[in-house]
Amino acid sequence: MDVRPETLLVIAGMAIVTYLPRATGLWLAGRFELSDRLRAWLEALPGAILVSMVAPGLVRAGPPEWLAAAATVAVAWRTRGLLPGLATGIVVVVLLRQLLPT
Amino acid sequence: MPETTPAPPASSTAPPAVSSAGLAAGAARALPIATGIFVYGVVFGVLAHQTGLTLAEAALMSAVVYAGASQFTALGLWQVPVPALPIIITTLVVNLRHLMMSASMHPWIGRPRRRSLFGLLFFLTDESWALSIGEFARNGGSLRFFVGAALTLFVTWQLATATGYVAGNVVQDPVALGLDFAFVAVFTVLLVCLCRGRRDLLPWAVAAAAAIGASLALPGNWYIIVGGLAGSLAAAARDGR
Repeated sequence: MDVRPETLLVIAGMAIVTYLPRATGLWLAGRFELSDRLRAWLEALPGAILVSMVAPGLVRAGPPEWLAAAATVAVAWRTRGLLPGLATGIVVVVLLRQLLPT
Repeated sequence: MPETTPAPPASSTAPPAVSSAGLAAGAARALPIATGIFVYGVVFGVLAHQTGLTLAEAALMSAVVYAGASQFTALGLWQVPVPALPIIITTLVVNLRHLMMSASMHPWIGRPRRRSLFGLLFFLTDESWALSIGEFARNGGSLRFFVGAALTLFVTWQLATATGYVAGNVVQDPVALGLDFAFVAVFTVLLVCLCRGRRDLLPWAVAAAAAIGASLALPGNWYIIVGGLAGSLAAAARDGR
């Protein structure tokens, strides 16, 4: 139940370099007068990041994940709620993984 | 602490200016994904135990670093003696994506500038950011929503780390439960909610292509940064002047 000095050092270093990007992004965005182009960039950023987080893993997955993602999109499109889409995705992926073993 | 934050700022882009969604709404919205995070936190606790960290060290890392992907990466690099510099540099690289997420929240919560804001950004994770940006796009900017969601996920991660460390393999097989898909599903729902129609086609297609290409060519999670930049810059090149 103790923290060794060398471990403390590493964790402190990790904490600092993890916090810096979290804070400086907003700070940098506030430094500049937002031009139309900069605003268009910031507004397109969330969607582009989310697509980038999902797309590579999904492409590498298989039919169960593809169909589950499609079902998630369909339900989310109709309900606009987080929970229905999430529940649909998980139920479909579990069922299809049993039905379509890879 | 979060209750002392001033009322939500006037939103610069998205209507309505004052959102009804507050701390409780953020916390409630975060609960489904908190179950997924709990599972991954438990796995982290188990691995930290196996790697030879003490309970206090594992708990400390989860509390002050609080970034899942980089914590797993650090365990992968862990040896005796601990290679401090490689672990710290890798952590920076893995977490660089938060720079973009943080910047993207500026139109909603960046103004008026407050000191407390930068303290709260410690709690920015993929999930707390994604939930909040989805809420901002629909209902306008509410810092309280971010705080509610972020603190819920933070507490979850701490509990899960300790649980995994102490209780061992309580979750036998996350894949069989479909919990590995929870993150994909949540991000997908948020994308649907975020969609601005046909004008998102170009940035999203560019982002997907760039991210897929980068994931094949580059190590680690650089693909998030490459895809996010490529897609958003494509939109900026088209829309801005």
